[in-house]
Amino acid sequence: MSTLPQLNLFTVVLIPFIGAALIALAGTHRALREGLSWSSSIVFFLAVMGLLVAFLDGDSASQTVWEIMPGLAIAFRLEPLGMLFAAMSSTLWVLATPYAIGYMNAKGYSNLGRFFACYAIALGAAAGIAFADNLFTLFVFYEILSVSTYPLVAHTGDNKAKQGARTYLALLLATSIGLMLPAMIWVWTATGTLDFADGGILAGQVSPAAGAVLLVLFMYGTGKAALMPFHRWLPAAMVAPTPVSALLHAVAVVKAGVFVVLKIAIYVFGLDYLRELATSDVMLYIAAFTMLAASLVAIRQDNLKARLAYSTVSQLSYIVVGAMLAVQLSAIGGGMHMLMHGFGKITLFFCAGAIYVASGKTKVSEFDGLGRRMPVTFFAFFIGALCVIGLPPTGGIWSKWHLVAGAFDAGHTAIMLAFMLSTLLNIGYLLPPVARAFLRPLPEGERSGFNEAPWMCVIPLALTALGTLVLFAMAQSAFDLLGGMFGPVA
Amino acid sequence: MTITELMPFSVLVPLIASLVCALLPGRFWPWAVTLVATITSAVIAAITLPAAAQVTLSYAFGNWPPPIGIEYRVDAANAFVALLVAGMAAVALPWAKKSVDREVPERQGAFYALFLLALSGLLGITLSGDAFNIFVFLEISSLATYGLIAHGSDRRALLASFRYLIMGTVGATFLLIGIGFLYVMTGTLNLADLAERLPEVRDTSTVRAALAFIIVGMGLKLAMLPLHLWLPNAYTYAPSFVTVFLAGTATKVALYVMLRFVFTVFAPDWSFVVLPLSTVLMILAVAGMFAGSWVAMFQPNIKRMLAYSSVAQVGYMVLGVSLVSIVGLTAAFLHLFNHALMKTALFMAVGTVIYQVGSGHLKDFRGLGRTMPWTLTAFALAGLSIIGVPLTAGFVSKWYLIQAALDQGQWFLVVLILITSLMAIVYIWRVIEAAWFQERPGNQPAVGEAPLALLIPTWVLVALNFYFGIDTRLTVGGATAAAEALLGGGMAP
Repeated sequence: MSTLPQLNLFTVVLIPFIGAALIALAGTHRALREGLSWSSSIVFFLAVMGLLVAFLDGDSASQTVWEIMPGLAIAFRLEPLGMLFAAMSSTLWVLATPYAIGYMNAKGYSNLGRFFACYAIALGAAAGIAFADNLFTLFVFYEILSVSTYPLVAHTGDNKAKQGARTYLALLLATSIGLMLPAMIWVWTATGTLDFADGGILAGQVSPAAGAVLLVLFMYGTGKAALMPFHRWLPAAMVAPTPVSALLHAVAVVKAGVFVVLKIAIYVFGLDYLRELATSDVMLYIAAFTMLAASLVAIRQDNLKARLAYSTVSQLSYIVVGAMLAVQLSAIGGGMHMLMHGFGKITLFFCAGAIYVASGKTKVSEFDGLGRRMPVTFFAFFIGALCVIGLPPTGGIWSKWHLVAGAFDAGHTAIMLAFMLSTLLNIGYLLPPVARAFLRPLPEGERSGFNEAPWMCVIPLALTALGTLVLFAMAQSAFDLLGGMFGPVA
Repeated sequence: MTITELMPFSVLVPLIASLVCALLPGRFWPWAVTLVATITSAVIAAITLPAAAQVTLSYAFGNWPPPIGIEYRVDAANAFVALLVAGMAAVALPWAKKSVDREVPERQGAFYALFLLALSGLLGITLSGDAFNIFVFLEISSLATYGLIAHGSDRRALLASFRYLIMGTVGATFLLIGIGFLYVMTGTLNLADLAERLPEVRDTSTVRAALAFIIVGMGLKLAMLPLHLWLPNAYTYAPSFVTVFLAGTATKVALYVMLRFVFTVFAPDWSFVVLPLSTVLMILAVAGMFAGSWVAMFQPNIKRMLAYSSVAQVGYMVLGVSLVSIVGLTAAFLHLFNHALMKTALFMAVGTVIYQVGSGHLKDFRGLGRTMPWTLTAFALAGLSIIGVPLTAGFVSKWYLIQAALDQGQWFLVVLILITSLMAIVYIWRVIEAAWFQERPGNQPAVGEAPLALLIPTWVLVALNFYFGIDTRLTVGGATAAAEALLGGGMAP
């Protein structure tokens, strides 16, 4: 048995919110603020781990907090996918906290009380999404996540940041309120419930045409999954300070998006019903198109963060493809890719930020020879890139393996080809920065010699890179965990 | 003393207190008397509601039995509205002290006397079971309101008040003509009696004209598009406290009167058939929702922005009515209540800013998020409610409204409601962006946080917005009872 406390789910979700309130009160007091940021991330991590240990022992918690209107309740329940999402985001929060502190201090940002408070709220909202037991609860926390990250994107306060943040919020709110909310209401009227249930709740309740429309509404309503043409917010959000891009726009926010996609595919539609729908193939090919198109755009980006943003758009679509293939293997592969890509992409963003802090460079074309000055950072970048591409010895290979196997299972040869092609494109845009840094000489007149970012930035990125290697060895346990979504025999 | 005998005092206490108030000098006593009278009135209304939800209470004035004498007839519908009016007044008054001292420095006795008259007028309209009595109380409250608006420190308040006077009088006259027609045809003014006698004569053009006059007259007081022209100016230039009070109460009472006539007196299976009411109301409601939100998105003056938002919110209520179902009416009553909560909170927050900064223009909100965090946070949270974010009161009423639309298969209404909610995000967001993401210009004086006397009532209302967004038993229960009282538990055609 575990020595960790097993709190009830609502308490766990509340931890980051309480932390945020305290951080906001600490305000300008630097030591207090940083201490609180550390402690709330660690307490949250321990609480989630407590849940994880109990969950692996087969102890599934559920809790109804409050029934607002008959049948409409704030309720939480642990299930494999949400457990994985919560475990991933809490782990990465612990690693991102020192990075954010180091980065924000090194670049001399102000208003850090607001910054760290919103950072914590975003994580609490992600936890709420992860544990939600019905669409309504999920929607509430989904909106909290959208709104709480706006101040982070607009943090610098100049016109460019405000413009980007406005695009960001407008797209996320417009899709969720304009498409997801009506879809949710439709489901409620048709079925009388919004609860997530094994095998879905929609099968047999609505006409095939209605089901097909609902699928499109849900897929595009989840703007955070960045399916084209609603992907513009993600590159726009890159005006944010890098710790935000790293934790939120590589992990919490975008993974919340694909998590919602998977959750809706599995627990609202149910995979068997999903396969019958007329539009599931349409969405599948839109996602595959997004995957390739975003990769092509990424290759052309010189700004490293923009390149990573488009890479994220592309990688998110892997997961949507996984959901739309609607076979168990691909859904599990999608869930695993959520985890693997989370670790890989946060590493890449950490590196991008570290490069900026240490050398002030943001463009790939300026990276010549930097590998000699920042060997740790660029080696970590290399590992992270391998993970996103899906090569051994990183965890990325396993998720792509299962996705491709799922595509084969479902008999979609074209999708298998698209996966292969996209992997080649990944290599095309992720390895050149590393190659430039290590193989080319420094430009004339620049000092050589060791010059890494502050250790508060370097250690987290080394750890996340290490994490991708650990995941290579431990992929089977993630697979087993996710297999639980489909009953004991997956 | 039974509850039936106690009930009329919620009208009488403010009426009597207003006389006292008019004679009191200084700044403290008029306010104190008003506060005590208003709280008494609210408490009585609160006691009345549960009793009225069980049986219809009837009190005959001067022991003249109805329908000869004037009757106060209270069922769940008007008890609900009365509690809202008296309750909002009681919550707004603690906030009023500071704000009124600043904006109406002299002759506060007269000011508070007018306020009490307006309050007792509104409560009288609500509780009365006599058509002519309703008209009289409508005039009392309207005249008092014109006086209150004219107290605004900006000279344009006089013009705003005059315009409201013209339009308000037209509205009241229309109501009076309608009532006159009904009296001619039936020989009675008692609402219950009217409802009994009307079926015999209702296939005449006189009765049809009466219905039309009453609807247009109340549509004016209700600020239903296109009869809303008085509202933006009146709300903008009135003293902040008056705006706070009117936003939560006056239009709500007008809506109640319209519903009382359309549903109880004429019966919905007639009034919605003889006139294409459902269609007309629906079109006007949707037009109001869009026009109000659209204009609000571009208003530089925040008070005026909220006033136009009120035009849009009235649209939601009328939309609920136009669906002619229990759920639709429930949604209308819910929004009537919830909108009072959110708009009062928003106007209080803006009034607090005006108290500190001296202006309610968007450009004066710049950078305030840092210097007045509590006030602006209150504004932002109340703004969430008006947008209809889950866990706020605004969500509950929109949810019911959407359910009502879906029950009738009106898909496009759902889309329209959602689009106007998105527009609400835009107009609330402008303020938030100015307050938190723009620097305060250097030439503007530095301001600090507002006094607690203003902050605490504002936050109480913000808290209520969330409380009624989470615990919906009272509001949904009250609104359902009110809707059932109007529709008589049966279903409309």
